[in-house]
Amino acid sequence: MNTELQNFIEKYDLYGCIQCGRCTGGCPVTVRTNLNVRRFVYDSIDEDALEELAKLPEIWDCTACSTCAVRCPKGLKPLEVLIGLRGILVLEGQVEPTVRDALESIFREGNPWSKARATRSDWMEGLDVKVADPETEVENLIFVCCTVVYDPRVQVTVKNLVKILNKADVDYAFVGDDESCCASEAFNLGEEELFEMMVEDNTELLNSFKAKRIVTISPHCFNAFKKQYPDLKAEVLHYTQLIGELLEDKKLEFTKELPQKIVFHDPCFLGKQNDVYDEPRFVLSQIPGAELVEFERNKERSLCCEGGGGKMWVESDSKLERLAETRVKDAHALGADVLAAACPFCILTLDDALKAKGFEEEMKVSEILEIIGDLLEE
Amino acid sequence: MNNNKPKIGVYVCHCGVNIAKTVDIEAVRSYAESLPYVKVARNYSYMCSDPGQLLIKEDIAEEGLNRIVVASCSPRMHELTFRKTLAEGGLNPYYLEMANIREQCSWVHEDSEEATSKARKLVAAAVAKARLLEPLEEKEVEVEPATLIIGGGIAGIQAALDIAGAGFKVYVVEKTPSVGGKMSQLDKTFPTLDCSACILTPKMVDVASHPNIELLTYSQVEDVQGYVGNFEVKVRKKARYVDIDKCTGCGICAQECRLAGRIPSEYEAGIGKRGAIYLPFPQAVPAKFTIDPESCLYLTRGKCGKEPKCVEHCSLGAIDFEQQDEFVEFKVGAIIVATGYDVFDASRKPEYGYQDYDNVLTSLELERLVSASGPTGGEIVLGKGEEAFVPKEVAFIQCVGSRDASCGNEYCSRVCCMYTAKLAHLIKEKVPDSNVRVYYMDVRAFGKGFEEFYDRVRREGVRYIRGNPSEVFKRDGKLVVKAEDTLTAKPLEDEVDMVVLSVGLEPRKDTREIIDLLRLSQSSDRFYLEAHPKLAPVDTATDGVYLAGCAQGPKDIPDTVAQAKGAASSALILLASGKVNIQAQISVVNEATCRGCGYCVEICPYGAIEMGEVNRFGHIVSVAKVNEALCKGCGACVAGCFSGSIQQKSFKDRQILPQIAVLGVVK
Repeated sequence: MNTELQNFIEKYDLYGCIQCGRCTGGCPVTVRTNLNVRRFVYDSIDEDALEELAKLPEIWDCTACSTCAVRCPKGLKPLEVLIGLRGILVLEGQVEPTVRDALESIFREGNPWSKARATRSDWMEGLDVKVADPETEVENLIFVCCTVVYDPRVQVTVKNLVKILNKADVDYAFVGDDESCCASEAFNLGEEELFEMMVEDNTELLNSFKAKRIVTISPHCFNAFKKQYPDLKAEVLHYTQLIGELLEDKKLEFTKELPQKIVFHDPCFLGKQNDVYDEPRFVLSQIPGAELVEFERNKERSLCCEGGGGKMWVESDSKLERLAETRVKDAHALGADVLAAACPFCILTLDDALKAKGFEEEMKVSEILEIIGDLLEE
Repeated sequence: MNNNKPKIGVYVCHCGVNIAKTVDIEAVRSYAESLPYVKVARNYSYMCSDPGQLLIKEDIAEEGLNRIVVASCSPRMHELTFRKTLAEGGLNPYYLEMANIREQCSWVHEDSEEATSKARKLVAAAVAKARLLEPLEEKEVEVEPATLIIGGGIAGIQAALDIAGAGFKVYVVEKTPSVGGKMSQLDKTFPTLDCSACILTPKMVDVASHPNIELLTYSQVEDVQGYVGNFEVKVRKKARYVDIDKCTGCGICAQECRLAGRIPSEYEAGIGKRGAIYLPFPQAVPAKFTIDPESCLYLTRGKCGKEPKCVEHCSLGAIDFEQQDEFVEFKVGAIIVATGYDVFDASRKPEYGYQDYDNVLTSLELERLVSASGPTGGEIVLGKGEEAFVPKEVAFIQCVGSRDASCGNEYCSRVCCMYTAKLAHLIKEKVPDSNVRVYYMDVRAFGKGFEEFYDRVRREGVRYIRGNPSEVFKRDGKLVVKAEDTLTAKPLEDEVDMVVLSVGLEPRKDTREIIDLLRLSQSSDRFYLEAHPKLAPVDTATDGVYLAGCAQGPKDIPDTVAQAKGAASSALILLASGKVNIQAQISVVNEATCRGCGYCVEICPYGAIEMGEVNRFGHIVSVAKVNEALCKGCGACVAGCFSGSIQQKSFKDRQILPQIAVLGVVK
């Protein structure tokens, strides 16, 4: 047995667990999969059982939403036990090809989407974008998520952000071609070594700029920088916080009307994990003509869309309704015209669910940037 | 015997294995024997025991010892013990020096050799100081034969009755308009199902009528000066805007108040309403009405119709909007802090939906709902008017705000398991066809009759499900409790009509005020810290100040009453003896060198130094004067004095510098 396995008890504070069941009780995927995270915390105390536990398919059902960790009365992070078990498989090379490819791509190209690093800034073409140089001080260093950069569905978010930043005359700069994946998903897929390496490289890169703040588009990068990058010098913000500031300071104003009913879905990595609930709602509330409604399960009680925790690269066996579908159904029942989110993963999963439910005619799934980018005076 | 040449006895304690396991006792002893002026060096298994103390006394008599060094535990533990030993042996008790080789050595080190070497140094340092010690006299002061009790809940009431019953004066200061505290809000008490009000109200009446008790309700302690035996207390009596000499408690004013039934009642935990003028509850003591200045229309807006209704309808003319806060001052010898607790604010666990859903209640709200004196007359009904219904499916969630690091409360609140059993029983009694389940992680039924009561309630059909819920949300109009039954490992979504959050006990939000007033400390759970967790559980680090009830930590009623009696007993020891020795190791000012700058006056946290005048060679100059009764011997002034003119007895520079030098810190 390697030393990695022997560290389980200490690393995840397994003896700290009192088996209260709050983790499994709150786990959103239990309604559709066999995952019982409490059992994994309990069973992992037996080091000899780890190899077998790692073979159970449900360890890949965890979305890393962190509800279990947020609610644990003893400060454990039950989800990380599952990530540790994934790590055993990663070390042994026994993961799905999709996972293997994503990890390899992060290592080689700095993104999980098997895209060439050289094309990372292609989205900038035709736009008036400021790119950072290490010699010049900048207030807001913008960090674009890999998914935003390469996925045609969500690329519009960064393009709109540029529009907004220019319009509001914000002191900003993008990292540019050197930008690499925050590796949050590498961590969640169990590739801890790669994650550590990326943390080191990214920290060095980001600290090399004279930036006061780092602003991320994805809550996943936001969370990683805030919680897992201990040596980052700049303050870390989510873009909804920056735009909230601009609106508050009257540097930005939405002038066009949008007479629609909008319901906001809290991304777990923004809300539950970082308590950013008010800013996205504030931004949406500033849209003239829009009516904001709330899900029954909102803010601290929001339901995960199943987009995180490496789920982009692992399909669940369950044939039961996806949580994203539940979410879309609930939004539809509220009579919402727009289901808004502030996270590229949420958008991708919710959009899929929208199509699966056949609601495309009546309702849209939109990133906040997607909505507000069209509301500015030309 | 106290001739100039020091004859020192050194006594090295094993403390069982506490010290001996790590420190080589014999090595320390034989080393001590070799030190200058040491006449005798001995070791013994427990120096604090009778035979241990006898060793010292015999050596004083036989060897003519005049300085004693005990190498054992912290002086906080046994300095007083050994001072007494010296006194019994005929020595001035201040000829004692302790070397702490337990807390500061054996308990914190693992390497035996290094620990032994450190113990040697600590003993050598103590010996170096011991030879320079001087005899001190303890001064005795009279004790003011009265007690201040802060808080008029069951703890304060019990302590007051005991002390008053022993013949001493008691001042009870209660913040709210009535005594009774949280106990008055409870319906029945576990595990005996006594009616809470029935056993409490007679005591409330006794407190008000006892000739030795002065009850100051709707009042707050503003200032406390002085020291053990002689505290000077200033209390603010808040304006009630009702002349309590005229008010008969008839209640017509409350019925007529324009805001009657509009203001959430504190007593009803918010589920019942009162007016701006109100009696907190029917059995309130004193049975006098109070106008709430925060809601009263006249007091907040200067206008209440043509004339305030209360004024119009009070035929006795008891309403007095001109009334001002009053201040009363008095002296007491002892103070008991019985300020109680706050109920955990359930909105701090937003996942349970307390703020979002009407039918998610706290246990205290349910307490009022099931109470015959509550807003529904004891009927378990939720909703109002046409929507009113009797909840049939009821879920209790345990440990809300207790045992939970995620909200900063790691401790167990000790009462929730049992009050839940009681409330579950009452629901089953009042709604026999209801299904009550309790979601728990452990059931702690540790008190007398508790386990039996828990057995009874289960057999009445209350289902206990082992799993602490994570979330409450609403689906199709029903509350859904999301949890796992950990015994079957099944995640479940349980649809219910009513969720009861068994909220824990927390330190009061105004904890800080009393700390500043009385210089108390907090333990890590943020409750007030007792002087010793086992042997001085009602004492505090401030002499003459004692703790009773939940101010010190969560407790049920029997434990609270027992502790209140303990605090009363501690106060009575002080009052009955009538005298108290005050700190001998106080600061002294060298009036010949004091420059009169007054900096020490600013530094002293006890207000023990003031400026005075002396005649220095015909010139009247200003110098610092220490009030010996107030000085606690903290040494702050000594460290702060610019001219080195203040020295603390037993800690003079010429005593502690040689001690420090031996430790190798200075040359």
